[in-house]
Amino acid sequence: MKVKVLGPGCAKCKALYGEAAKAIASLGLEAELEKVEKLEEIMAYRIMATPALVIDGEVKSAGRLPSATEITTWLSAAGAKQ
Amino acid sequence: MNEPLSLPVLPTAPAEAGERIAPAAPPRSARLVASGVVLLALWYAVYRGIAPLADFLTYGVLRLARETPFSSAISFFLYEVPKVLLLLLLIVFGVGIVRSFFTPEKTRQVLAGKRESLGNVLASLLGVVTPFCSCSAVPMFIGFVTAGVPLGVTFSFLVSAPMVNEVALALLFGLFGWKVAALYAGTGLLVALVAGWVIGRLKLERWVEPWVYAIPAGEVGGDFAPPTWVDRIGAGKAAVKEIVGKVWPYVVAGIAVGAGIHGWVPANFMAGIMGKQAWWSVPLAVLIGIPMYSNAAGIVPVVQALLGKGAALGTVLAFMMSVIGLSLPEFVILRKVLRPALIAVFAGVVGTGILIVGYVFNFVL
Repeated sequence: MKVKVLGPGCAKCKALYGEAAKAIASLGLEAELEKVEKLEEIMAYRIMATPALVIDGEVKSAGRLPSATEITTWLSAAGAKQ
Repeated sequence: MNEPLSLPVLPTAPAEAGERIAPAAPPRSARLVASGVVLLALWYAVYRGIAPLADFLTYGVLRLARETPFSSAISFFLYEVPKVLLLLLLIVFGVGIVRSFFTPEKTRQVLAGKRESLGNVLASLLGVVTPFCSCSAVPMFIGFVTAGVPLGVTFSFLVSAPMVNEVALALLFGLFGWKVAALYAGTGLLVALVAGWVIGRLKLERWVEPWVYAIPAGEVGGDFAPPTWVDRIGAGKAAVKEIVGKVWPYVVAGIAVGAGIHGWVPANFMAGIMGKQAWWSVPLAVLIGIPMYSNAAGIVPVVQALLGKGAALGTVLAFMMSVIGLSLPEFVILRKVLRPALIAVFAGVVGTGILIVGYVFNFVL
């Protein structure tokens, strides 16, 4: 599974990265977590607000810090698919 | 309505299950509305109680003599701090809920098909209600431009979004009254509208970094489920936590300094420095405002206290607009998509608009 956190490095982007890392660890998933900070790469996902969470190429949230429950739900759903 | 009858009539079981759950929902939304009304009434009661309470604490509990610099500073502080914080709480919460009805994607959809002049009007208005943070200025700029929103219309949005914001409105409402807050919102919108229109007329697309136009246009990723009322209230609470949590120390500190000025600085002391006669006070206020940002919340109460000592309203409005409308960090962020020349034009046009607002209010009012 590939998980990406898109954001140029604002406070919320860092918080989202931390939450995602925590959720992956607590679910015991084998996931590759990546921080995407280059604007050209961020814009390839056509989002209009950061931070954004991308799981396996799919934008799950943009412009807000989703709750830990939401992140866990998305991650376990993506994990079940594999 | 005819719920008992509908059960045998409706054929499919899942639909019935849905219908049976539905009646359970009203009590919940009714509870939501009821608690909203109760909280609002409570808020109002507390708000009305501040003045007598501040008076009672100053003269009843602390037993200070009336009309001394010390007692007038104390009663000013005890009155203004809870008043401004309460207004901040209510306005930030309300704006948080209103913003949950708007998304950058919807705003972009509205603006994409519009002509320039109408587009400028709509962009300025939508800038107020669309969720915006300066760290998202670049993705928003690219999203707009690649969807075919004209450059000038995009700028109208980028000017109004930070300038006409809930913290500025709450502070101005609390410290200067609703008329000044409305004046600020109206002239802020006008500056955004005209500045965007002027930038559009100048045809400066060549000063946008070329890679922006190389991004293929298309639908924005992430089509999310519409929020429920519980989500919207959550958004309001989150806004309070984030914004009020950040600005309250500045507000308290600013009012403390303001209280000192209120008590000890002689009347008309500021007239020579920030009064109507000092023509240079408006440009100076704009220049000082550019490098300031969230600490603005602490500056406004100070300026308000100075206003009572002879400073001019136009200067105050220009200062406030410059602090949040022209911010150095935002210029740095926008540098990724705009050539320095375009950033300079942007700052110049908006700055000129703010200067005009300052002078008009100083000389007309």
